[in-house]
Amino acid sequence: MCGIAGLIHRGKRSNVGGEMTAMLQALKHRGPDSTGYAVYGEPKEGGYVMRLKVAEAEDMDRGRGIHRVITDRIAEVEAILDEHGATVKSKHAPREYSLRYVLSHDGDTGDMAQHIEEVDGVEILSMGNGLELIKDLGDASVVAEAYGLDDFRGTHGIGHTRMATESDVDIKSAHPYWAFPYNDVSVVHNGQITNYWIMRREMERKGHRFMSNCDSELLAVYTAHNLANGVSLKDSLRRSIAEIDGVFTYLVATKDQLGMAKDTMAAKPLVLYESDDLIAMASEEVAIRAILPQEIDTFDPYDEEVRVWQA
Amino acid sequence: MASMTDADLATMTQEERARALGMTTEQLTGKSLYIEFDPDAEERFTYPWAPEVDFNKRTEIDTDDMTSTEVNSRIRALMAEGFGTIVLKNPRGKHSLGVGILSRLNLIVEGSTGYFGVGLIDGPNVRINGRVGWSCAENMMSGTVMVEKNAGSTFGAAIRGGDLVCRGSVGSRTGIDMKGGTIIVGGDTGALSGFMMQRGRMVVCGNAGKNLGDSMYDGTIYVGGKVESLGVDAVDAEPDDHDRAWLRRKLTQYGLMPEQGVDHFRKIVAGKQLWNYDNLEPNEKKLIL
Repeated sequence: MCGIAGLIHRGKRSNVGGEMTAMLQALKHRGPDSTGYAVYGEPKEGGYVMRLKVAEAEDMDRGRGIHRVITDRIAEVEAILDEHGATVKSKHAPREYSLRYVLSHDGDTGDMAQHIEEVDGVEILSMGNGLELIKDLGDASVVAEAYGLDDFRGTHGIGHTRMATESDVDIKSAHPYWAFPYNDVSVVHNGQITNYWIMRREMERKGHRFMSNCDSELLAVYTAHNLANGVSLKDSLRRSIAEIDGVFTYLVATKDQLGMAKDTMAAKPLVLYESDDLIAMASEEVAIRAILPQEIDTFDPYDEEVRVWQA
Repeated sequence: MASMTDADLATMTQEERARALGMTTEQLTGKSLYIEFDPDAEERFTYPWAPEVDFNKRTEIDTDDMTSTEVNSRIRALMAEGFGTIVLKNPRGKHSLGVGILSRLNLIVEGSTGYFGVGLIDGPNVRINGRVGWSCAENMMSGTVMVEKNAGSTFGAAIRGGDLVCRGSVGSRTGIDMKGGTIIVGGDTGALSGFMMQRGRMVVCGNAGKNLGDSMYDGTIYVGGKVESLGVDAVDAEPDDHDRAWLRRKLTQYGLMPEQGVDHFRKIVAGKQLWNYDNLEPNEKKLIL
């Protein structure tokens, strides 16, 4: 049982970070293990935001040697950035193991991303013009405070509170997942995918990488694969309902879109609120009410329903 | 057992009451739980320990800064004081509001509730002016529940009695495992509605999703709109005058009567092809053959 939430403002920016924090905090009871955000801010022209982790949160308790390891890993990452001709415009470390770089780069970011992940223990959480993907252990208020998310202006975002059922409690199994190496695409998921290994092997044969054993990562890889092959977001969501087995409701966000899909059994919840300038959705209505206290009309999407909204 | 008066029962603790009513394991091994019918005793329309409430005594609870448990305890406390009409303000999607009310009460919820709203109730009349989340009125025994807006999935799961009404549309698996009572939906219903239904009636004025009435044992489903598909062993039946009269009465009662009347309603019942109650289990067969 996990909690998912998403919101998209049409034609305006808002404090998406603060709104997502309020929604995810209201969903804490659905999963207190970890919390994750994928929020979309002002697109950086000609630049990229890269978020990465160079160690797991639990590694920090395993002796003092980790500080040295982290320094070495960061140096190695920066050497690779340099090798690919990327200039670091700014660097910020909200936690020792979690870094945010603003880069300017002209070449193939996918190739660079693959190279960076060759460094042992390093995982790129996200890369994109507007996407900022933040995930860490703890509830929404803890993560928001550590990463300064209470005031983040943007157009849309998705988020997740996790109750780990099929894989470990760590950052690599936390949501959202970035659709590696597809810029600005992220996924959150609530459910269980039953043909995970079949689909994972199929995706691996096609050359995609998996960083964790969490079934939700499959949805990110699957979406990335479809988008890379010219499939629209809506068609990718539709296809997933036919090709992926299990019970699931998941949200996908791109640079300017937010989409949702629900499986054929409609077994996982989602409540939707739609107005002219704001669309909000969450596993439970209580999360939507955290940002919209007034009386509103909401509804449940049905089985096999797919929707996509434009920012 | 019939000599036990309601006044006596009301003074007892839950455990003593259970014992007095014969609900003990010692009794179960030998005798049955059967309570002899006493023609002189008044029929028990209310539980003996239910508080006396006056519908004209009205009060409000602002639930904004309260937890669900606090709200539910507050309702009980107010009922003990004799309040018969309780209004819940600002519920804002809270879960499990108004559960387990086992006596007469007018409960009005001004706003929307989350999951498991007014579950396990026996008797109250509830009006919810907003939307309800999953599993509203689960295992309801009697009373009425009116939901003005939409409802989530598993609306009226396993209900055994009473009228459960939603003016808007409801999610999937409506009336799953229902064992009695009536569910009325003004709008559409999702997939697998009436799944494993055992008794009672469900009325859907709008459309129904796929696998309607899947594996139903018994009971009746009426649908005014389109049915995407029928489930295993759910079959069409010919609605007769009794059905139409009942539909007219129920839908008029809740102000949901469609403009074109009720003649277009489809009636769906169990095909009873899955009734294999007289078949022996494999190990029983072995003993006989």
